Order: sequence, then structure tokens, then C-alpha cells
Amino acid sequence: MDIFTDPTNIDAYVSGFLWILKLTGASAVCALVLGVLLAAMRVSPVPVLRGFGTAWVNIFRNTPLTLVIFFCYFGLYSTLGLSLADDLNLNNFWLGVVGLSVYTAAFVCEAIRSGINTVPTGQAEAARAIGLSFAQTLRIVVLPQAARSVVAPFGSVLIALCKNATIVGTIGLVEASTVMKDLINSYGNAVILIFLVFAGTFAAFLIPTGYFFGWLANRLAVKR
Amino acid sequence: MSSSSVLYDHPGPRAKIRNAVLSVVFGVGLIALLWWIYTKFDQAGQWEARLWEPFTESTTWTQFILPGLWATLKAAAVGMVLSLAFGLIFAVGRLSERWWISVPAGAVVEFFRAVPLLLMIFFVFYGVPFLIKGPVSAFWAVVIGLTLYNGSVLAEAFRAGIRSVPGGQSEAAYAVGMRKSQVMRLILIPQAARAMLPIIVSQLVVLLKDTALGYIVAYPELMQRGINDLSANYGNIIAAAMVVAVIYIIINSLLTALAGWLERRTGTRRVRVPRQKRPVAADSTIVEPQG
Repeated sequence: MDIFTDPTNIDAYVSGFLWILKLTGASAVCALVLGVLLAAMRVSPVPVLRGFGTAWVNIFRNTPLTLVIFFCYFGLYSTLGLSLADDLNLNNFWLGVVGLSVYTAAFVCEAIRSGINTVPTGQAEAARAIGLSFAQTLRIVVLPQAARSVVAPFGSVLIALCKNATIVGTIGLVEASTVMKDLINSYGNAVILIFLVFAGTFAAFLIPTGYFFGWLANRLAVKR
Repeated sequence: MSSSSVLYDHPGPRAKIRNAVLSVVFGVGLIALLWWIYTKFDQAGQWEARLWEPFTESTTWTQFILPGLWATLKAAAVGMVLSLAFGLIFAVGRLSERWWISVPAGAVVEFFRAVPLLLMIFFVFYGVPFLIKGPVSAFWAVVIGLTLYNGSVLAEAFRAGIRSVPGGQSEAAYAVGMRKSQVMRLILIPQAARAMLPIIVSQLVVLLKDTALGYIVAYPELMQRGINDLSANYGNIIAAAMVVAVIYIIINSLLTALAGWLERRTGTRRVRVPRQKRPVAADSTIVEPQG
């Protein structure tokens, strides 16, 4: 087929997936930092912080990502005039990263919290019984076990984040799904091929990622 | 809260004072943050009464929000029914002992779980019309996309559920002379469905949120009608987005609460789950957050 030999189409394909990759990478880092902070708030002894964490999770977990990203564009950028970069594409990119991060952070937070919950209370009690301090209990006993059990949920959050990155196309970033839409509209005789190439690229990256995280989680699992 | 009991003791007098001080400090910080956001929107004139007044008029609700909500719920309901059917068929197919059924079923499920929903909706909406030489309505584009994705996720959930039914159940059924299809239909699926009910309901939340993707292909759902069309008339895009977000949050919170209630209810009389070959962790992550 001549679609994928045409250099302009190859460029569009590559840049589309590069945007997805950049969105996923940048949002994963931001969401991880934010999610850890939120999880720390949600398990902290300070009621105000707990309330803030809970409110964040309930708001963003129950709002469609399309709406979150839409709000980032029309609310933060159009209305409040928050401009994150001079270049139009870069600005849309960073607005997308903001939307993806605040949304994904809610899921990261829940993954961490459930990870902490999988550590039996007896572990901390035993740690205290042998005289470990609070910091030692956390550092040596609780968090290492919790970290192992969040590997699998982190994997699925990361995969979902990568797939969700396509939604940033809504606010005008020409990422993979938008490229696919444009190609379909120009090459009506090869729609199945176009879909299979784009969907196949996602599948080729994400299915092994899923198995990798499954393997890793299995390997790191705390045997109880 | 069990998480707090792992991490720290019940607060003593000094910890109580410290927590109170931290509460005040962070509380003030939080209020300052909210106030800052409020003033930012205020400077942009977003709290003006004329932007919020449309929501006190009944025509706003009857013409924009309620029809949009109805379209969202319709797509979610049809998508859910089809996803359940799709999930059931492919779960049973993947558990089949004939490799020419189980391998293709597994491939389909793995493939559609890994492909972004938006890509499928675009394919059905923009691509399929070229194949069938006729238009595809936005409704079916959304519903088919939702079915393929959520059906695949549910197929994995069902498969885990069917495998979690104790082996003695199917052995006993074979012993009383049932055929394979009868064992699946009368013994395994009913028990698996009960154990999987909370996951099914929480997947419904994901599905309902995903109907918002219909906005991108101009399906007149809640976002399209409630934000785009409404603000085209009144110019209150931020106000409309906030109202629509609150509607989504209310509906999804109710569904989440339902899932939690079902989990507690079914949890008390769940069948004994035997030691599984695969770790539970791999199965418990099947519900993935989606847009």
C-alpha cells in the first residue's frame, strides 16, 4: 500500500505517536508525584489534608477525562489566560499534561492507598514491638511491602494513561488518533489497514507492557 | 480506617496538639488556595449572575441538560448490555478447551483492551462509512466503541470470576450428568456473576464516563448539549462545564456507592475461593481507569 510509503504520512504517524509518548512520559511523572502527595495526605493524621485528598479523588475519578481536558483548555487557557508555552502546540501539550496529571493522580493515589492497606496491621505492630521508631517502621517494614503490591495497579494506570493521551487530540494537539482520523478521511479505500496500523502500534507497545508489569508484580509479590 | 492503624498509633496528647496545629496551618493554606482560584475566576468575570442565571430557568434543563443526560444514559445503558453480552461470550470462548476458539477469543480481548477507545470510535465513525457505503450514526459509533473496549475488560473479569468458582462445583455438575454447556450456563456463570457484580457496576462508572468521548464525534450527550450547545446560547462555558461536572460526579458517586454496597452484601456470603494458580494481583487490576 502506498499510504505508509508516502513520507508525509510517515512523518504524521511518527509525530502523532511521539506526542503520545511525550504526553504519557510527562504526565506519568507529574501524576506520580501528585499521586504520592495525595496518598500521603489521604493517610495522614491531619483531618484537613485527609479531606482534601478524598475530595480530589472523588472529584477527578468521577469526572470524564474529556471534560477535565476540555476545562483545562477553555477554563485555564481561554478564560483565565494561563499560557504555559508560546508555541501553540506546546501550549496545548502542557495543558493536556495538566489535565492528564490531575486525573491520573487520583488513580495513582488510590493504588498507593490500597497498597498500604494490603500490609497487615500485625507487621507494623511487630515492628513497634521490637522497638522500631515510627520512621523506621515506615521505611523498613510498611513501605517496602506496600511498594511491591502497587506494581500491578501502577502498570494498569500507566497503560490507561497512555491510551487516555489520545483524548488530548480534543484540544487541537495532532496526536495519533487525530492523525488516524485525517488519514482515514484522505484514504477512504484503506481504512482497515490504517486502523490496524494505528491500533496495532498501541497494542504492540501496551500488551507487552501489561505482561511485563504482571510478571514484575508476580516476581515482587510478598508471599504470605 | 485500617490504613491509619498500620502507619501510626492513636494520637497521644502531644500528637493531638500537633495535628490540631497542622490542621489549622493547612486549613488556612487550603482556604487561601481556594480563595486565589475564586478571585482568578472573579477577575475573569466568571461569577457574574448572568452566566449562572440560565441554570435557574427550566428551559435550560428541558432543552439542553436533560436531553443530553438522557442521551448519555441511553448510550451507557445500550453499551453496558452489549458489553455484558460481549464479555460473557468472549470469557467463555477464552476458557474453551478447543484452541481454535480460545486463541482467537484471547487475541480479540487482548487487542481491544490495549487500543484506545477513541481510536475505535474514530474508526467506526469515520472509517466504517467507507466500508459500508453509508453513514454510521454517532450513537452507534460510541456504543460500538464502548462495547468492544468494556466488553473486553468485562471478559477478563468474567474469566477470573469463572475460574474462581471452586472446582468441586463443576465436578459435581458433571457427576450428575450435565453437559459442558449446562455446567457453564447453570453452575459456573451464575456463581461467577454474583462474585463479579461489584466489578460490573464499577465498570459501569468507567463506561458512563467514556460516553463523554461522544462529544468528540458530536454525539449529543451531556457534554455536547450541556456545555457546547448551552454555552453557544449563553456564553457561559465555564459555568456550564462546572454544572455538567457536578452532574457527572453525582451520578458516578451514586454508582460507586452502589458497587460498594453490593461488595459488602455479596462479600458476606461469597463462595469459598480456592487457591488460584495465578496471583490475585494480576486479576484484581482488570478494571482500568479510562477517559
